[in-house]
Amino acid sequence: MAIVVAGALLAPLLTPYDPVTISPESRLQQPSSAHPLGTDIYGRDTLTRVLYGGRISLAVGALSVGLALAVGGTLGTMAGFVGGWADVLMMRVADILLAFPAILLAIGLLAFLGGGFWNVVIAIAVVYTAPFSRVARAAVLSVRHEEYVDAARVTGAGDLRILTRHVLPNAVAPLVVESTLRLALAILAEAALSFLGLGTQPPAPTWGQMIAEGRAVMTFSSWPAIGPGLGITLTVLGFNLLGDSIRDAFDPHLQV
Amino acid sequence: MGSYLTRRIFLAIPTVLGVLIAVFLLIRLVPGDVVTQLVGLEASISPKRVEELRRLFGLDRSLPVQFGEYLSAVLRGELGKSLRTGLPVGKELLRRFPVTIQLASMGLLAALLIGVPVGIMAAVKRGRAPDYVATGFVLLGLSVPSFWLAILLILFFALRLGWFPPGAYVSPAEDLTGNLARMILPAFSVGLVLAAAITRIVRSSLLEVLSRHYIRTARAKGLRESIVVIKHALRNALIPVVTVVGLQFGTLLGGTVIIEQIFSLPGIGRYALEGINLRDYPVIQGAVLAIAMSFVIVNLLVDLAYGFLDPRIRYE
Repeated sequence: MAIVVAGALLAPLLTPYDPVTISPESRLQQPSSAHPLGTDIYGRDTLTRVLYGGRISLAVGALSVGLALAVGGTLGTMAGFVGGWADVLMMRVADILLAFPAILLAIGLLAFLGGGFWNVVIAIAVVYTAPFSRVARAAVLSVRHEEYVDAARVTGAGDLRILTRHVLPNAVAPLVVESTLRLALAILAEAALSFLGLGTQPPAPTWGQMIAEGRAVMTFSSWPAIGPGLGITLTVLGFNLLGDSIRDAFDPHLQV
Repeated sequence: MGSYLTRRIFLAIPTVLGVLIAVFLLIRLVPGDVVTQLVGLEASISPKRVEELRRLFGLDRSLPVQFGEYLSAVLRGELGKSLRTGLPVGKELLRRFPVTIQLASMGLLAALLIGVPVGIMAAVKRGRAPDYVATGFVLLGLSVPSFWLAILLILFFALRLGWFPPGAYVSPAEDLTGNLARMILPAFSVGLVLAAAITRIVRSSLLEVLSRHYIRTARAKGLRESIVVIKHALRNALIPVVTVVGLQFGTLLGGTVIIEQIFSLPGIGRYALEGINLRDYPVIQGAVLAIAMSFVIVNLLVDLAYGFLDPRIRYE
């Protein structure tokens, strides 16, 4: 995962090629020392496009998960801490959002919002807001009635102080785990949306869009589709492993 | 069981209503409104047609009135007509529904056929080579994008090896063998994530059950290990699988949208994408509603199955 992140960030230093400049004389080349993952239908170096494509995938993943964490985490924390009708209302809305298959909801939103980088970020963030609110609420509920919270209340601490000083620091672990695992899912979702033509528009490379382009020429060369798929798989695998490790570190019961 | 069934069905009603509201709002929350978007695509459209379209979507009335009309139309099975073909969306969904159901069911079957045996093998051979292979499969299965896997499967099994026909969809009524041959690769593509999730839960659940006292008793009686695992441990270990199937079925249904597109299957997912590409809003609304409702119904069935398998749930 670190390699993929570093590769995406340092792409201009790692490759001499431009990700969007067309080079018709070198189209659909097989892997060689000059082009380790071959070239696409427009003669662009596949490895270069995979590295640059990682920037968009990682950025969409990080921004959408960050947004979902900020909104869903805040709403879930409020629901768990305040309780009452606000809790019931927020959780019913979460139930409704969770009643849609995630990718379908994102596709539905993009059908109306239109494609593009920021709309994809918003669509994925909306989809993941509900799971974050659930996790935050459960985490807050699990510590809200701990003795140290009651003790703080007895000493005269206000709600805001109790929430920020005592409840949140102890409820943050599940949110960290959820964020890492959701990042993997967000990258998969972004790739799927780009594959369907609903993501960031060409010529900027995205992994999903590259696979769609590769699919169109797969009877001639399989490499334009294989390279970006490897990029997605390695990145998602990395985030899944990181998420699992963090979860195990926080909760020894899960180390089966 | 009767009261549990009634309670579960009753609890699903607010969710169904919520899904209807969400789908209803989807078309009305478009920035600038959906008609302006459509008009933007076709410069030659007359102001009279714009008004007609507004009336068609009911956008000239208040939101509660619009929702009341929408709800009554949905209950009558009227989901509007396609803006492009003029065909009723409801009828088209009914025609395409069996394809999506077949794909999802075969995907589920593939997931169970892979996930359960691999999970058992991993638990029984814990810490040995088969367990590491299964863990690797789980990690890969949860990381590989299903649409990429679909392309790789077409590439190797259909184009290179020629084991499966790459041609267009054939209905089972027309040619059952041809239909099944064309549905195997899509089913594997859509079921792999679920197979990985099932492997993981079968492994951890079976490991937990195998450490229980009654399993030790069964072994102490001198029963063969295969009998202990299959007859005594597996029955209890499989209960959480139902939950995982329920939780992951949404991913499976969502996956059908993309997989239908790749394999040119005329299901609801492909219909939704065609609607999106043509900005055919009644089609998008109808298809999204149909898939979301299927998901709600499957979740309800999973809840009912769970109550049936584990009597404690019924009495909670």
